[in-house]
Amino acid sequence: MGLPTGRLAVWWVVASEIVIFGGILGSYVMFRLSHDSWAEQAAVTNTLAGAFNTFVLLTSSLTAVLAHQAAERGDGPRAARLLHFTVLGGLTFLIVKAFEWTYEISHGYTIGSNLFWSFYYVAAGLHGLHVIVGMIIMLFVARTAKRNEELHRVENIGIYWHFVDLVWIFLFPLLYIAK
Amino acid sequence: MAEHATAHAHGETHHTNYVKIWAILLVLLVVSVVGPEFGIRTVTLITAFGVAIVKAWMVAHYFMHLNIEKKWVVYIMVIMLAFMLAMVGGISPDVLKHDGHNWEKLWEEPAPGAGGGAH
Repeated sequence: MGLPTGRLAVWWVVASEIVIFGGILGSYVMFRLSHDSWAEQAAVTNTLAGAFNTFVLLTSSLTAVLAHQAAERGDGPRAARLLHFTVLGGLTFLIVKAFEWTYEISHGYTIGSNLFWSFYYVAAGLHGLHVIVGMIIMLFVARTAKRNEELHRVENIGIYWHFVDLVWIFLFPLLYIAK
Repeated sequence: MAEHATAHAHGETHHTNYVKIWAILLVLLVVSVVGPEFGIRTVTLITAFGVAIVKAWMVAHYFMHLNIEKKWVVYIMVIMLAFMLAMVGGISPDVLKHDGHNWEKLWEEPAPGAGGGAH
């Protein structure tokens, strides 16, 4: 196949994630089109917070790809540093999300309120779980990369992280902008 | 395609200016936030969703390196997207239409209220 096993595995993960998130987002779009009243619900979500989080994830993707570049140059310590910055981006994203959810839940918008909020919490929640998983794996990869070991893993976790960023690129307009 | 494998094998670096790509993505983010503020449906669709597709393509192309990845990897991703679209295409008539040949949808999801609380 001409592809390292690890990278091949990550691409298969991404392939399965496409249908997982695609199924959720596709279903959301179908229901959104048939429910104009969802616009009122979407108006509750904080566009500024969503935009800030998009900025954070795009920036974390930049540090992830720069870590890959450093790994290819054989500079493990720099790759590890950049991966730590990426983790910091993930953490910032989750903190902002936690504030958003606290506000929304305290104002009565819960997962059981109606179908819009069910989609909102399932899609954003599943995405948040992917961010957490990515951060944990990245910390392990950074540990070995720092010692200039297993540098190929830096690219593998990068592919996963970019995909998580890519999913958010679609979640942002769907949940925050379409009002 | 082959050069990617070679680059990995020999530890060569890519020469893409990633900071420039990131800067373009940020400009597109501003467009996707400002565009819908005009309140014009077409402008919203283009700036929010059209721009999202462009952003996603840029991330996949430059950051995930699909531009230099094996071609069959790209095919797998496209096939997965096709599966997703097939699912949406198959289900959407049931969700979006209320009647058809010899069938009628009797139940409809109630419209959510303006407030929070359970409905």
